[in-house]
Amino acid sequence: MAKWFETHLPKIVLAPSFIAILIFVYGFIAWTAWVSLTRSRLLPKYEIEGFIQYERLFDSPRWDTAMNNLYIFGALFIGVSMILGLVLAILLDQQIRVEGAIRTIYLYPMALSMIVTGTAWKWILNPGLGLEAMVKGWGFETFTFDWLVNPDMAIYTVVMAAIWQSSGFVMALFLAGLRSVDTEIIRAAQIDGIPTWRVYVSIIIPSMAPIFLSAFIVLAHLAIKAFDLVIALTGGGPGYATDLPATYMYAMAFSRGDIGQAASSAMIMMLVVFAIVVPYLYSELRARND
Amino acid sequence: MKYTTLAAISSLALSVASAGHAEPQAEVLHWWTAGGEAKAVGVLQEEFAENGGTWTDMPVAGGGGDAAMTALRARVLSGNAPTAVQLKGPAIQEWYEEGVLADISSVAESEGWDDLLPASIAGHMKCEDTWCAAPVNVHRVDWIWANAEVLEANGIEMPTTWDEFNAAAEKLQEAGVIPLAHGGQAWQDATVFETVVLGLGGPEFFQKALVDLDPEALTSDTMKASFDQMRTLRGYVDDNFSGRDWNLATAMVMNGEAAFQIMGDWAKGEFLAAGKVPGEDFLCASTPGDGYLYNVDSFAMFNVDGDDKKAGQELLAKLIVGPNFQKVFNMNKGSIPVRTDVSLEEFDTCAQKSSEDMTAASESGALLPSYAHGMALRGAQAGAITDVVTAHFNSDMSSDEAVQMLADAVANSM
Repeated sequence: MAKWFETHLPKIVLAPSFIAILIFVYGFIAWTAWVSLTRSRLLPKYEIEGFIQYERLFDSPRWDTAMNNLYIFGALFIGVSMILGLVLAILLDQQIRVEGAIRTIYLYPMALSMIVTGTAWKWILNPGLGLEAMVKGWGFETFTFDWLVNPDMAIYTVVMAAIWQSSGFVMALFLAGLRSVDTEIIRAAQIDGIPTWRVYVSIIIPSMAPIFLSAFIVLAHLAIKAFDLVIALTGGGPGYATDLPATYMYAMAFSRGDIGQAASSAMIMMLVVFAIVVPYLYSELRARND
Repeated sequence: MKYTTLAAISSLALSVASAGHAEPQAEVLHWWTAGGEAKAVGVLQEEFAENGGTWTDMPVAGGGGDAAMTALRARVLSGNAPTAVQLKGPAIQEWYEEGVLADISSVAESEGWDDLLPASIAGHMKCEDTWCAAPVNVHRVDWIWANAEVLEANGIEMPTTWDEFNAAAEKLQEAGVIPLAHGGQAWQDATVFETVVLGLGGPEFFQKALVDLDPEALTSDTMKASFDQMRTLRGYVDDNFSGRDWNLATAMVMNGEAAFQIMGDWAKGEFLAAGKVPGEDFLCASTPGDGYLYNVDSFAMFNVDGDDKKAGQELLAKLIVGPNFQKVFNMNKGSIPVRTDVSLEEFDTCAQKSSEDMTAASESGALLPSYAHGMALRGAQAGAITDVVTAHFNSDMSSDEAVQMLADAVANSM
């Protein structure tokens, strides 16, 4: 009996969380998939009607805007955060004084919630209150910076706020990566008289490939599920110019009583996540099998 | 002596009978949690308690009722619906189709609601042939508010046509006043849009386009003209309007920064709270054109088990439409009573005008539901129209494009 218990203890301990995840994650994904194939409105219905909700979704100009915004936001947010984070990390890595304090300053935005970030940037970027009003107050009457209220540019203000929030975190990741590179190799290179930039480009950065991948995955999922920042910063506006898939889904499910439509948009969001995560898992698992 | 004994006995019998009767209970889901609204609900609670009922308050604030609707969905799905829920317009019919609404016809008939309520408003409270909801108030949506001093200083009268409004706005712009105070939120764009459609197209066109969703009306020249007027109005709004809340826009009119605001009569509450006097400090008028757009709050009654809850439901319905609650509630909220026999002596002049216009519009068939406030259309259709309106207002889209998008969006939302 005791022996049986010993061999099965890990399974018993893991079983509750396994069952919970099975139901509350995968079960509800299946439920959403089912509902996305129905004509559910206010309450979920379960008669399958085919792909009608997906047809409506792809006909909707608002969904087009939301997906386009996701591409713009995702590409710029991930790209710029990584570049900025890497540059900051390299600069911090130069054995400077008060490194700890500076590191904390850069990492600090991460401690704020997206709602706070969004609200603060909303005030900074508001043409009548923030930056524009301030510069005009200095006497530059022709200065305009109205991206927040300009439907073509508003999505870039969301990008700005998100980068401000996350690049410090990326910096911390990269800094840890830089420090983990074998110092012997770097010293050897220095003895050979190789310039510092060359050491970074040819030795340090290539050996940090796994860190790049982790940073990418973390930022990518932040981008796809971005919701609170948009709600706080622009409320999806002007018009619906800064809608993202997550805000679209929320509007359909909770404001408009169109659950079927919301479910289909949630499924598309999940497919986007899969498109990013599955290759990652594949490469991870393959590496382990080798 | 004999008589008093008889009275005593009969009153004893009555009290025994009523003790055997279930005590009225009501659990009420609403999102009136702020200021005047909370006070207004408190009035109903008190009255309910005075009539021997037990009130369980279930306020769910947030998201303009979205949070409350989410709570309601969860409660209904778990088979434990609240007694009464703040719902309005087509949402009542939507819940009825889910088969969860109760029948309160007995109260409605004994109280004579059919004779008390304007017919088009009564229509919202009926599910097929039975009554399933009790109306609380009437907000008028097509109001235009103005700063009296600014108008006088520029020699402008309250406009009665959109052309007059445009002329006045040009004049104000030259004088350096913002003609129209507006907040760039989708529902506010929609509010202005529906008053423009009503003004330019008239009540019949409004009915066809924004209630019946007739595709021809949606792509008609009148609709194009409405979008043209929206583009014109965009020029009268200051540059900093995006995302502004409606009460901040009202404040701009109050302090003379802007001249006009187009907003429902909840804006009046802001003026009154700031100590402004209607007719002197600020002016109220219906937006240019004929007709009356209403936004009626109501409580829908859900299917519940138990005599005590059913008794609560009936008592609640009776009190809500009762003259005392109608008067006190609406004075707190800034709207007008839904029943036409309540004296308006203590109300302000704007409310009196609203009530007169409602009666007149009801007779001429120009009493219409507001689309922007969820009275005319279901969520998906209203949302689809609002998407187009706000996209047009916030870009340089042409009116031809806008009407085409409007027709497509409506078809797609079905």
